[in-house]
Amino acid sequence: MKKSLFKNKSGYRKVGTASVSIKPTAADHSFNVLVDVFLAVLLVIIAIPLWSTITLSFRPNDYIGNNLQGMFLAPWNWSTSAYKALLGNQGFILSFKNSFLILIGGVASALFLTIPLAYVLSIPSLPGRKYLNMLIIIPYVFNVGMIPSYLLVTNLGLIDKLAAVFLPGAISTYNCLIMRSFFEGIPNELKESARIDGATEIQVLMRVILPLSKAIIMTIGLFYGVSFWNDFFHAMLYLNSNSLQPLPILLRNILMASGMNEYVEVNAFGDAPIAAIKAASVFMSAIPMVIAYPFIQKYFTKGTLLGSVKG
Amino acid sequence: MPIAIVKKRDRQVIREIKRHKSVYLLLIVPLVYYVIFKYVPIFNGQIAFKDYMALDGVLGSKWIGLTHFKTFISSYYFGELLRNTLMYSVGKLLFSLPLAIILAITIYECNRPHLRKIVQTLSYLPHFLSWVIMYGILLALLAPGDGVLNDIIKLFGGKPIDFLTNTNAFPWIVIFSDAWKEMGWSAIIFIAALMGIDPSLFEAALVEGANSWQRVRYITLPSIRPVILIVVLLRLGTILDAGFNQIFMLYSTPVLSVADIIDTWVYRQGLLEFQFGLATAVGLFKGVIGMFLILGSNKLVKRFGGNSLF
Repeated sequence: MKKSLFKNKSGYRKVGTASVSIKPTAADHSFNVLVDVFLAVLLVIIAIPLWSTITLSFRPNDYIGNNLQGMFLAPWNWSTSAYKALLGNQGFILSFKNSFLILIGGVASALFLTIPLAYVLSIPSLPGRKYLNMLIIIPYVFNVGMIPSYLLVTNLGLIDKLAAVFLPGAISTYNCLIMRSFFEGIPNELKESARIDGATEIQVLMRVILPLSKAIIMTIGLFYGVSFWNDFFHAMLYLNSNSLQPLPILLRNILMASGMNEYVEVNAFGDAPIAAIKAASVFMSAIPMVIAYPFIQKYFTKGTLLGSVKG
Repeated sequence: MPIAIVKKRDRQVIREIKRHKSVYLLLIVPLVYYVIFKYVPIFNGQIAFKDYMALDGVLGSKWIGLTHFKTFISSYYFGELLRNTLMYSVGKLLFSLPLAIILAITIYECNRPHLRKIVQTLSYLPHFLSWVIMYGILLALLAPGDGVLNDIIKLFGGKPIDFLTNTNAFPWIVIFSDAWKEMGWSAIIFIAALMGIDPSLFEAALVEGANSWQRVRYITLPSIRPVILIVVLLRLGTILDAGFNQIFMLYSTPVLSVADIIDTWVYRQGLLEFQFGLATAVGLFKGVIGMFLILGSNKLVKRFGGNSLF
């Protein structure tokens, strides 16, 4: 991020490499204070909803008091009964497993489809490249909505197959274009020299491009992973069987249950308070994202990714 | 063009194609995917002009022309859906965009590295959470009986509000929760733009005696103005997308009149009431307008010196 361009240790602002120091004015001070206050307030606003959910998930069954006070409940009074109930529940474990299968199948097929397409589109000398680009862009720009896709998946016989959740989104045009711009940035000389040595295009892709593209593949793979892990819409449309439901569907059912009796599965979760069960399942669904997040952040904060998106 | 030159050009093209033989091999699987999963739905879109019967299939159903479109445009919910859709997309743009810009500038200007790092990390995080998870978080915050916000209202002697079923509160919940989730993520592009500003501009301003406010007003903001313009244009291109997943998770029957957007209506009409033809017509209507908006905004982006996506 920004180096301390304007301040040295004594609080005086230094101008470039020159030896002049300029004393900060009152206006500068008020500005700095306002910046800090704004960020601090924002931090609290972002943190409160997260914190209230986390503390709620650790709420003991015999807790007396409201949720506001619960946010300040000391950690040694927390109870893990909601988590124990969730992890001991067959349905929850099963949907966790389903979500993982969708995640892995989705990311694998998405990368398998997106990488070659993006690579081919990045070859400037390819005859017909313009038409290929148009072929990719037209469905991206012209979105006919959900019903025609629903009919397609139904006709393909994918109902009640986990693939129905990730196949319709296995190539995201946006991700493909990001990857294409990255491949375009790889110096042409590297590819040409491999070709002169007699490498086929598949070998160029495997031996030259892929080793240089680990960062972008990780990033795009994680983007795909996030979208498949979070997807509830396709799962809701295409998976009718209870044994196939992924985590977001189960989570939605748990959250929609307002009373103990409304949703049978919730009853099966034992003696933790229902609000704690809800919060704990929210937290458990978010955990893989929270774990993966630092790795993704490493890439996107560099700005390299968004720089390559162009606009 | 003389025939000889044409022949020569064609020979060159054929040679180029031959040279790239193995490249086309790589394309086979992705192209088959594209035809099936991206073009067959466009083909299926014809049922917007048909009286679709599941037994007859897409091709076998009877053509009925523009009947579905007329039904939709003359119905009372047409205005309501359009109003709600625009209310949410414009509202989100007006509220979150300035917030994202301010966030980017304050992060850039902040002299406390720890504060800056924590705010960055925490504000990007919600972008990666799904709207199902967001709904869970909002429940813990907003529930009428035991939500934290209502605890605060009760603390000050107010009456608890059921935010998610209150027609006055609901639009604000949608706009605020979207801002809460996405502002950090939308700020990234502005932070990237800020880091590209030539530091010598700031140094010159310092020598000339500009204070921090003047620096932001006369250097920072004008420097990122092109990026702001591009972001606004690109957002205007998708103005008919008001956030299906969000509304779908948050809305309920009591707030339908202020919550229903085109996409949620299409979902209910098509997949719950099996009015496939009508729902497709509405989706197509939205898709065609959306296409012109995206193409138009991309043209403008190019004119204003940005690189458009295609």
